[in-house]
Amino acid sequence: MSIKGKACIVGAYEHPTRKAPDKSVAQLHAEVAKGALEDAGLAREDVDGYFCAGDAPGLGPLSMVDYLGLKPRHLDSTETGGSSYLVHVAHAAQAIAAGKCEVALVTLAGRPRSEGSSGTQPRSWGANLPDAPFEAPYGIVTANSYAMVAMRHMHEFGTTSEQLAWIKVAASHHAQHNPHAMLREVVTVKEVLDSPVIADPLHRMDCCVVSDGGGAVIVARPEIAKRLKRPVVRLIGAGEASKGQAGGKLTLTTSAAARSGAAAFSEAGVKPGDIQYLSIYDSFTITVLMQLEDLGFCNKGEGGKFVADGNLISGSGKLPFNTDGGGLCNNHPGNRGGMTKVIEAVRQLRGEAHPKVQVKNCGLGVAQGIGGQLGSRHVSATLVLERA
Amino acid sequence: MRKVPAPALNPEIQPFFDAAVSGKLVLKFCTACSAFHHYPRALCPHCFSDRTEWRDAKGTGTVYTYSVLRSGVPEPYCIAYVTLEEGVSMLTNIVDCDLDTVRIGMTVRVVFKPSDGGAPVPMFTRA
Repeated sequence: MSIKGKACIVGAYEHPTRKAPDKSVAQLHAEVAKGALEDAGLAREDVDGYFCAGDAPGLGPLSMVDYLGLKPRHLDSTETGGSSYLVHVAHAAQAIAAGKCEVALVTLAGRPRSEGSSGTQPRSWGANLPDAPFEAPYGIVTANSYAMVAMRHMHEFGTTSEQLAWIKVAASHHAQHNPHAMLREVVTVKEVLDSPVIADPLHRMDCCVVSDGGGAVIVARPEIAKRLKRPVVRLIGAGEASKGQAGGKLTLTTSAAARSGAAAFSEAGVKPGDIQYLSIYDSFTITVLMQLEDLGFCNKGEGGKFVADGNLISGSGKLPFNTDGGGLCNNHPGNRGGMTKVIEAVRQLRGEAHPKVQVKNCGLGVAQGIGGQLGSRHVSATLVLERA
Repeated sequence: MRKVPAPALNPEIQPFFDAAVSGKLVLKFCTACSAFHHYPRALCPHCFSDRTEWRDAKGTGTVYTYSVLRSGVPEPYCIAYVTLEEGVSMLTNIVDCDLDTVRIGMTVRVVFKPSDGGAPVPMFTRA
């Protein structure tokens, strides 16, 4: 059974906060849920499916369902890191297609900025992790994990730091128009290269921001979407795939996006060349480059050439991406970038992005994310969305 | 030198770190599919057979990729994947050499370094 056309994104809301020392994480979940419901024109009582991931406090969805006062008949707390929310949209469409719910709420929220989180700190995923004894002693953190991917990509394909810097430059061009963005200043390639090295070969400006905040989307049956007074954004293809160290047969220069993308494009019946707007998880500049290649927007190894010279800048480039400024400039709530990727894609397809970055007649978009770490193990999720 | 967090041990992997105490690098080998794997499992991740056994590794390999973390840490350190002669890659640190001279393809050999209150862990240095 295909999910093509079986569900629509009818509500989307991004929390305006970037630093929330005076709010709780649960409160942020509630605020984004309320925002998405208001955006859709739905009431809390209409929600009969709830989706959340590891950022939600408590045992799976239990505490949040109770806190939010929901009465769902379908629950899903699939956890794939930052790509969770893309997976949730796809799973919500599956549940809707199967008649298990008709209005699904997906929430994300977190306060890593207020809590002092950084990509140079080790993260703990608990006891009994089979890989931990072979990784934790070596100090693998988010930054050096992705940096190892960049280093290998440069070695195999001649990708340069200048090319990676263009990804940040393009994001900054978009962020200047976003009043909520953490970093609104337009930067140059030279400024990226002059920023301090965090983990060779990645500079500070190759890394996304750490921000508080959150977001929510509502996925509903097409019949409900039609009833509401909002432009209809339909899910027409979805894919998810994982990749790890493969028992030591490691390759780092291809990600699971190659498989999740192929599945999503195949279900949608469209090609990368048809896509007018791309939301793509930009935890680091290298993350964007890898996914562009693996989704098929260019050949493997040619990502550097593809992103150079402002080709990702809306209005002048050939493939506008992350027109909200993305994780590199706008926000990265909960250290998880998947939700905001869906939200900006919805804005673009509704024609509600900032006028300076709105893609003309945007009818077909992709939201793409990587959760976990490209340098160890990750889950990629791809959504193909169209304006109905 | 950076404080090395002690590996969290469990019965499945204990022999790897017992070998490390005596300065030996061991790998799991599957006699069903004749392939090494890493990190070690009771069941082979390639063919899912339970016919796995510990074998001594040569302890040499080449750097597949690396990165020196320079920010947010008291002292820079080099993380790397080293591809062993047995054909499997392992996450590790490159130590006891000028970290600015580490390169992909560099040949390395294993050295064992103490962890903070736990078993020693294999790291690599220029061969």
